[in-house]
Amino acid sequence: MGKPSHNPTPDPQGSAGQRASAQEPPRWASRLLSWLTPAELLEELQGDLQEQYAQRIDQNGPLRARWWYVLEALMVIRPYYIRRRLAGLANRLRDFFLKRPTKTRPFIHPEHSSPPLMNTDMIRNYLKIAWRNLIKYKGYSAINISGLAVGMAVAITIGLWVWDELSFDHYYDNYDRIVQVAQHGTVNGETWTGSNVPFPLGDELKGQYPNDFKRVLKAWHIQDHGLTVGTNHFSLTGQFIESEAPDMLSLHMLKGTRAGLTEPNSIMVSASAAKVMFGETDPMGKVVKINNAMDATVTGVYDDMPANTEFHQVQFFAPWDLYVSGNHWIKEQGWGNNFIQVWAELHPHVDVDKLSAKIKDIKLKHLANNKELLALHFQIFLHPMSKWHLYSGFDKQGNNTGGLIQYVWLFSLIAGFVLLVACINFMNLSTARSEKRAKEVGIRKAVGSIRGQLIGQFFSESFLVVLLALLFALSLTTLWLDWFNQLADKEMSILWTNPFFWLLVGGFVLVTGLLAGSYPALYLSAFQPIKVLKGTFQVGWLAALPRKVLVVVQFTVSVTLIIGTLIVYQQVQHAKNRPVGYSREGLLQVQMTANDFYTKYEVLHQELLNSGVVYETAQSASQATELWSNNSGFEWPGKSPSQQSDFGTLTVSPEYGKTVGWQFVAGRDFSKDFASDSAAFVVNQAAVRFMSLKHPVGETIRRNGTPYRIIGVIQDMVMGSPFEPVYPTVFFLRGPLNWINIKLKPTVATSDALPQIEAIFKKVIPSVPFDYDFVDQRYAAKFADEERIGQLAAAFAGLAIFISCLGLFGLASFVAERRTKEIGVRKVLGASVFTLWRLLSKDFVLLVFIAFVIATPTAWYGLNGWLKKYTYRTEISWWIFVAVGWGSLLITLLTVSYQTIKAALINPVKSLRSE
Amino acid sequence: MSRTYLGEFEELVLLAVAVLELQSAGAYGVSIADELKLRTQRTTSVTGVHVVLYRLEEKGLVGSELGGASQVRGGRRKRLFTLTAAGQQVLREMRQLRLGFWEALPTPFFS
Repeated sequence: MGKPSHNPTPDPQGSAGQRASAQEPPRWASRLLSWLTPAELLEELQGDLQEQYAQRIDQNGPLRARWWYVLEALMVIRPYYIRRRLAGLANRLRDFFLKRPTKTRPFIHPEHSSPPLMNTDMIRNYLKIAWRNLIKYKGYSAINISGLAVGMAVAITIGLWVWDELSFDHYYDNYDRIVQVAQHGTVNGETWTGSNVPFPLGDELKGQYPNDFKRVLKAWHIQDHGLTVGTNHFSLTGQFIESEAPDMLSLHMLKGTRAGLTEPNSIMVSASAAKVMFGETDPMGKVVKINNAMDATVTGVYDDMPANTEFHQVQFFAPWDLYVSGNHWIKEQGWGNNFIQVWAELHPHVDVDKLSAKIKDIKLKHLANNKELLALHFQIFLHPMSKWHLYSGFDKQGNNTGGLIQYVWLFSLIAGFVLLVACINFMNLSTARSEKRAKEVGIRKAVGSIRGQLIGQFFSESFLVVLLALLFALSLTTLWLDWFNQLADKEMSILWTNPFFWLLVGGFVLVTGLLAGSYPALYLSAFQPIKVLKGTFQVGWLAALPRKVLVVVQFTVSVTLIIGTLIVYQQVQHAKNRPVGYSREGLLQVQMTANDFYTKYEVLHQELLNSGVVYETAQSASQATELWSNNSGFEWPGKSPSQQSDFGTLTVSPEYGKTVGWQFVAGRDFSKDFASDSAAFVVNQAAVRFMSLKHPVGETIRRNGTPYRIIGVIQDMVMGSPFEPVYPTVFFLRGPLNWINIKLKPTVATSDALPQIEAIFKKVIPSVPFDYDFVDQRYAAKFADEERIGQLAAAFAGLAIFISCLGLFGLASFVAERRTKEIGVRKVLGASVFTLWRLLSKDFVLLVFIAFVIATPTAWYGLNGWLKKYTYRTEISWWIFVAVGWGSLLITLLTVSYQTIKAALINPVKSLRSE
Repeated sequence: MSRTYLGEFEELVLLAVAVLELQSAGAYGVSIADELKLRTQRTTSVTGVHVVLYRLEEKGLVGSELGGASQVRGGRRKRLFTLTAAGQQVLREMRQLRLGFWEALPTPFFS
């Protein structure tokens, strides 16, 4: 018989014993052990473990012995011990309550058997009763669960949105250290903020502050470019940026390395762009022609960035040097021209604000000889990545005023409120119903239920309902998330695998379940059965008060939201109906992305006119929907020396006016027939007002010394934001032209005209894909934000009304139930159904009226603040309030009437029978 | 089948009890874990052995008493296990069962 080589029972006086006591096992593990192990088993287990520990110190050394001891101690966390431990605790409690001894005697340790943690039979019974109650009162259950589910679903959806917004740009490893270099300038006391900076700024920052900036990257705007692979043309969004960009943005490279942009003739493409251009073939080393001018070899493929990142729309990165080599004029630009973007990554220890303060005058230093520009008081600053998305707004003093973060707060607030309202509704309904169950409680008690069992029952009921609601909420969220993504322009999904998400959901279920269950569980279970069963049990009139307050609060929120929705809608309509000063219909714009456009424009122009579908074409420096450039340096008769001249400037070709259809107030349009028109201005009314000219036509304006004559004044053209005043703008013929505007003949259908135009482009300029925009669509896109807010507000208002109606419905049914006998008596005495209906509905109408009185000033105050953001804004009209007031009254009556009419129709014999 | 069901580990522990209860050390957590390690070459945790012993006790296959406190155990007593008649019966049945299978096998299997 193999006997262990060492004697497992050591000598009590042996040296091992002394060593063991000298070197105790880890104390925390011992404590865990004694805490988890059932008391009656502790001694032997602890003894065994300590003996083994002493053995292992001898055999394997103290380190391993301690390791083993900890491992063994942790192994106590197993079902058997935990069950016995809990059973022990439960037994102690039971002994405390139980007067008679248990009948069954466990095999060992009669006083500590190991029954299951909780009595499964009882739990099964609780659930059965809960389920039967749900089924019996189907209507109630449906309202209860659906109300809570909708509230939860709204909260989950908004929670996901908030999460998405707050985690914006967190994809980048250097999130904390990436900044964009931007500047403030001051014109006539108003500060503007822009991300366009002068060309020399990048090198200056790099050279002067090497200890602060790890990298400074000059870049061109993210915009669409034409890419050609072989004979295929693609239009892709990309950015020309210095070679360290992939490192700064910590791009996840699928092919190639992040150093791929160091060669001037290289290009890195996103995985999806690679698929579009090259299909399944390996893109590495392939040659791409950018804008039909620059050849570039693919040196890398990076993983597409997620939608909630600043650079997610960038489908390719190409070297800055490549762009400069094709646009030599860039290098010639000084400190006065703001046109490029500069991104930077700071060293780890650098404080953004301090560095901003350090570099703020860097531009002014280089403008020493230019009085006009110095007066604009340019201040360079760093805008950190953490603020790009949520804090992008700046006020007229150049302070960072927030931006999207305000909507994050607003929607979080709405979500919290909807959830709270749903929660309270849920509690209300379940308590209203539980009063009907007072008799059940009485009988249960009389039969022998102890209070703990009743508490258990009511809690398991409320948890069952909350869990069901959660199930519905999750499926509801999955269902409408697609729609919501579309609305909010997001790519969100439920965070199934995020522990934080489940923690929140679990916490919410726990809190709601406990709160909703607490009233019946704790209050009802305390009833004395004799009183309840005798029928003297009465709930005080106070019981209805919290419900009334709740209905008022709910309707206040709903009415506020509805008024808000209507006003947002009104504002959008107001701005949409604003006269824009030109005609957008049938107006196309094509960017001149390649040299061929410049050399072959005349041919194109002629061909298009000959086609018979085009009314006119013209070139311009920027789109009709954007004003890209503004300049100073204008002098005019009567200009006061303190006035800073800053005009929007737009170079156009002579046909521009005819093409876009601008309207003349005075004077004439540019004409090819007058050579002198190259020194002429057409100005808008805003410019005339700005210069305070009485008779503008014929006046001479000097731009940087050169005289120009005003030949015409046009009505203000809305080129920038439709909510802002039109910027004083001058139009002239000298300068670069980048866009072709094409006006279709109004008699020709767009669908007929487009193929013809495309054919002409293909024929004249075969190397570039025909890529066009409709001006009216571009213009409509300016309302996207406002429309989005309006739609979201409408959705939430609808849900809020739904939940409020549920609350109202619950209250109505509660009241109807309570007044059944009163109604019976009234009917017997001769009341008509209509009088009863009026009697019961009156109270609710009053409640909603109070809510309306509170909501009106609240909504007015909030919306007035929102509208102040817009210079071109609508007036809040009184009819909105009246309409919403009547509307909510109608909804109230509809909701309540079901219950009140039902109550009024009950045969009094039924309701009075039991007396 | 009215026979008590035993898992493999339970069976081994029961056998270890049978072997060790005859020796001076007696059958208790550490000695059983050591015996199992020696014979099966696999590390068994004392905690696990304890759980199995309690289960066997609940099934009535082993009995136990407390005794044998020592310095090395921090003055704590150990629970010494002994085989009950039922335990012996189960072990015998197990052996019979296995032997029956072995006898049913053809002889070449053993060569």
